[in-house]
Amino acid sequence: MKDFKVIEVKRSIFEDNNADADKLRAELKSEGTFLLNLMSSPGAGKTTTLKRTISMLKDEMKIGVMEADIDSDVDAQAISETGVRAIQIHTGGMCHLDADMTRQGIREFGTKDLDFVVLENVGNLVCPAEFDTGSTKNAMILSVPEGDDKPLKYPLMFSICDVVLINKCDTLSVFDDFSKEAVKERILKLNPDAKIFFVSAKTGEGFDEWADWIRTEISEYQK
Amino acid sequence: MHELGIIVHVMRTVEEVAAENNLTEIRSVTCEIGEVSGVVPEYMIDCWGYARSRSELLKDSELKIEIIPGVTMCEDCGKTYSTVQYAKICPHCGSSATYLLEGNGFSIKEIEGA
Repeated sequence: MKDFKVIEVKRSIFEDNNADADKLRAELKSEGTFLLNLMSSPGAGKTTTLKRTISMLKDEMKIGVMEADIDSDVDAQAISETGVRAIQIHTGGMCHLDADMTRQGIREFGTKDLDFVVLENVGNLVCPAEFDTGSTKNAMILSVPEGDDKPLKYPLMFSICDVVLINKCDTLSVFDDFSKEAVKERILKLNPDAKIFFVSAKTGEGFDEWADWIRTEISEYQK
Repeated sequence: MHELGIIVHVMRTVEEVAAENNLTEIRSVTCEIGEVSGVVPEYMIDCWGYARSRSELLKDSELKIEIIPGVTMCEDCGKTYSTVQYAKICPHCGSSATYLLEGNGFSIKEIEGA
């Protein structure tokens, strides 16, 4: 008969991941690679936003994109067409990336010579918010057709993001019940430090400000 | 699935603890899940059933779950109340200046092994 004993563990799963994420953040900092974790619901325009962002910045800095998806490499192909390096990470059915998966992706990709790496997280406003990936900054895209009540429904996502892009602003005339003031107030109530940009990845509206934010963040980071 | 990712974390941690304590067989793993952590206990059990078969150490183990109630604190009147029942508005004084005190965590409490 085996002698079974009880061992106290008392370890928080989220705290373990947080510690791992902090370690990855420090590693990236020492390499001078700025990692932006980009989140949104499916169809908010992550890939289109990225393509326009890349075209504005690719002559100034070395950019790489890591596309996380449950399956397929549709997004990585779309990004490769812009001429920057892209890698597809399959989460194998999982709804989010954690710090360990991100580190594996980063090492496989080889980011040492890159200034700006965007991690396109799985399209989902719930789970990615709970797992720190080890990114330098968190960004999310909310598109106008999704509605201005999303900060009320997914408060955690809005409270962990350093920057929120309100995308598809070219459709405001159609979705005329979307209030820019209301969405701004709701986001700032959850997260007073959040930077909010109203953009359209289709027309390019608001992208100068967004690109400037990235430039400033990266130059501060690499000092 | 969210729960599957968490289970992978749990298994990794349990394997580390088992190695540190020279355990070769685990009978049970007890997790504490916050009532408002967003983790669904039933899915955890299902995922465990799937995931444990892939680990020699854990293949016969049981996942036990203890729920930690969600408790919200009111800044205005200083009282606490059930988060699930009353959400953001304090039932004692009607204030919305409230914050979650506990119940959003997720941790491994203990493991039983030999």
